[in-house]
Amino acid sequence: MKSLAELQAIKEKMQNKVGIREESGDNIRVVVGMATCGIAAGARPVLTAFTDEVEKRNLQNVTVSQTGCIGICQYEPVVEIFEQGKEKVTYVKMTPEKVAKIVTDHLVNGNVVSEYTIGSVK
Amino acid sequence: MMQEISLNVLDVAQNSVSAKATLIEIGVMETSAHEMTVHITDNGCGMTGEQVKSVVDPFYTTRTTRKVGLGVPFFKMGAEMTGGSFSIDSTVGAGTTVKAVYRTDHIDCMPLGDINETIVTLVSCNPQIDFVYTRSYDGESFVMDTRQFREVLGGVQLNEPEVISFLRGFLIENTAELLQNKGEA
Repeated sequence: MKSLAELQAIKEKMQNKVGIREESGDNIRVVVGMATCGIAAGARPVLTAFTDEVEKRNLQNVTVSQTGCIGICQYEPVVEIFEQGKEKVTYVKMTPEKVAKIVTDHLVNGNVVSEYTIGSVK
Repeated sequence: MMQEISLNVLDVAQNSVSAKATLIEIGVMETSAHEMTVHITDNGCGMTGEQVKSVVDPFYTTRTTRKVGLGVPFFKMGAEMTGGSFSIDSTVGAGTTVKAVYRTDHIDCMPLGDINETIVTLVSCNPQIDFVYTRSYDGESFVMDTRQFREVLGGVQLNEPEVISFLRGFLIENTAELLQNKGEA
């Protein structure tokens, strides 16, 4: 059974890392639309896939968060990627299967996966 | 329509986040008599009597992107179509409780679904808010309280990937232990 003692160990491991996320300037924000429309269309497993992949690859400069309805409910699940100095990228009709490619190509190597973006369906 | 009750919970809990709650309590109480009660209680801004009446109307919403709001109506419908019930108690300035009771042996009852993943998602997306999650079966229960987590973690944020992994494992293991005797009950 997991106990809070295990959490203590995580804390000790993490303490020297605290602040890294805030300090680095090249932060990437992954934002998943999680209103009724997004959730009904399957946003939760997409968000989980992003957090899992970011943890697996130990991407310190990426934060995964949520937002409400973006207003394009017919394209849900929608994921927006914000990077300083670059235009926002909107991925639509997301699935957990698409996440790995976006993380590898876009978040790690900086190449937008254009076949999954809103521009390719509109 | 949602495919799982746990997705309704994720959706309706967003209203507590929007209401600027600092503490959100979520409970899933099941009995061997095929009754399941799900509640979401927050200490957010609360609603007036008039608002409480309107939130069950699909054509009422506080959102600005379009004119319908289906979160609460879906939650209500899901419970009522099993022969269960639905209620909202709210006080302006004190908070809101939304409660749904399901008859789980009714053919129209949705599966609870991955409620642990709903809790994980809420904590990882809202690390500034405290969550208390209670799961019970026939009076036996376990509780996950992020205030206890925070106390141990000191300055380490709840949404650090390592902490989220721990939380997921904590919920899965405790749920399994709670429900292991369910079949024999």
